[in-house]
Amino acid sequence: MHFTINGQRHEADVDLRTSLLDLCREHLGLTGSKKGCDHGQCGACTMLVNGRRINACLSLAVMHQDDEIVTIEGLGQVGNLHPLQDAFVRHDGYQCGYCTPGQICSAVGMLDEQKKGWPSYVSESLTDSELTDAEISERMSGNICRCAAYPNIVDAIREVAGKGDRQPVLEAAKEIGA
Amino acid sequence: MKLFTYERADSAQAAATDAAAAGAKFIAGGTNLLDLMKLQVETPTKLVDISRLPLDKIEERDDGGLTIGALVPNSDLAADARVIERYEVLSRALLAGASGQLRNKASTGGNLLQRTRCYYFYDTATACNKREPGSGCSAIGGFNRILAVLGTSEHCIATHPSDMAVAMRALDATIVTQKADGDRRRIAIGDFYRLPGDTPHIENVLEAGELITGVELPAPVEAARHLYRKVRDRASYAFALVSVAGVVAMDGDTVKSASLAFGGLGPMPWRNPAVEAAIVGKPVTTASFEAAADALLADARGYGSNDFKIPLARRTLIASLRELTGTN
Ligand SMILES: Cc1cc2nc3c(=O)[nH]c(=O)nc-3n(C[C@H](O)[C@H](O)[C@H](O)COP(=O)(O)OP(=O)(O)OC[C@H]3O[C@@H](n4cnc5c(N)ncnc54)[C@H](O)[C@@H]3O)c2cc1C
Ligand code: SF4
Ligand code: FES
Ligand code: FES
Repeated sequence: MHFTINGQRHEADVDLRTSLLDLCREHLGLTGSKKGCDHGQCGACTMLVNGRRINACLSLAVMHQDDEIVTIEGLGQVGNLHPLQDAFVRHDGYQCGYCTPGQICSAVGMLDEQKKGWPSYVSESLTDSELTDAEISERMSGNICRCAAYPNIVDAIREVAGKGDRQPVLEAAKEIGA
Repeated sequence: MKLFTYERADSAQAAATDAAAAGAKFIAGGTNLLDLMKLQVETPTKLVDISRLPLDKIEERDDGGLTIGALVPNSDLAADARVIERYEVLSRALLAGASGQLRNKASTGGNLLQRTRCYYFYDTATACNKREPGSGCSAIGGFNRILAVLGTSEHCIATHPSDMAVAMRALDATIVTQKADGDRRRIAIGDFYRLPGDTPHIENVLEAGELITGVELPAPVEAARHLYRKVRDRASYAFALVSVAGVVAMDGDTVKSASLAFGGLGPMPWRNPAVEAAIVGKPVTTASFEAAADALLADARGYGSNDFKIPLARRTLIASLRELTGTN
């Protein structure tokens, strides 16, 4: 089988049952993407496929032979960080760091979706939604952080999205009806 | 995961023919099928990959409706300007389901056919008639908090977990298929799913190899309010305990038309004409809303830990009707 990952061509002879996540981690040495649940429930395995974020654990490698795949390694490297990687570091957007590669890949996909005008579950208007803190939380809900670094994750994403300061917690809670 | 062979289909007809073989399954987004294959709940011997078929368009119909290709991802469908404008309930229901990552992969056809989240269905160490016909139902007398209170049988009390399908039921969608023998069918969503009876492993009317090619939505109801209300254990990324999809048009204070479907309550997206009849043509009153809830829940039956769904469904329906009729 052949794959294009982070702009590089790879050949791999793998079992048909191999997930896209296991292909990267176990066969190509790309261990940045993490395996939390292996069942689509945590987001640790999030990668970008043709620019869209997906759960790599719930996808067969064989089905991605003609796709452009980007993992956390492809977004940036030490000394040349992606703005979101940089913001996560400065805002302490993690504790143990296990969910972080998935959070960052997911945030890249999410910001792109928001730019395209895609609404979310908490958008009052489906045609015109601002990226409030409640919006960031809802749009990132597919990424679980066991260390609960959520406030700092939201800070990092908000900064990169150019949305100013943290919203008062009560205001954000009201927006999601909590 | 059990071994399987793999083919990428190059046409709908070829896919249907290939998948008619015993043990064969289509794979689209894979977000439900692979989840179940990892646990050996599903053990197909052959996968027919339909993900590259050209069924990924949303097209206008002459009657003012839309045809949604079976491979349109849930996220694209939710964000489509025509869907937002004409079928807001569908957009809202899709956005209430799963996560951003999953919606990017989940297809329209796969979403309709996703299987129950019953804990025992997922646990191959337990008895489950849906997974292994004749083995018994562990959920009756077991943990059944998330399971059904309507349309159940002594053999299975599973719910259909989809949000999208509930909105489609309220919208009177039609499912279009391509059969292995070349025939095509149009199946009203109300005739698509089957009650469990004594064959809970048979969930719909599709034949072996029958491919869903698309879903048709009829022209939208004019000047109607749309709502999708989902009640769940956490604010996001959780399946519905109870959900209501509603499309209601008013004539002054009187309900002109109403279309209401329910998730989390039954083995299929649930709809009961008696619920709508309780309010249509009548002025908005608390009594008519109560009557609608009575009609919905007349035959409801709890199984212990899911008893709470009966009063929850009543309150959720009444709150939804208040919003839909503007009587907050
Ligand atoms: C953690 C998690 C949370 C979720 N939360 C929600 C939620 O809140 N609400 C919700 O509604 N859903 C939820 N889902 C389910 C998700 O919506 C489904 O997994 C998805 O819609 C299935 O689509 P797919 O294309 O991936 O299907 P696949 O997994 O590819 O296929 C599912 C089934 O459909 C068959 N199939 C697929 N396409 C066709 C076709 N065109 N014709 C005939 N047969 C076909 C396959 O053979 C298979 O049996 C969740 C899933 C996960 C993993
Ligand atoms: S409710 Fe249905 S799916 Fe759940 S254990 Fe019983 S038979 Fe199986
Ligand atoms: S490892 Fe893929 S979602 Fe958890
Ligand atoms: S930083 Fe530990 S799981 Fe998120």
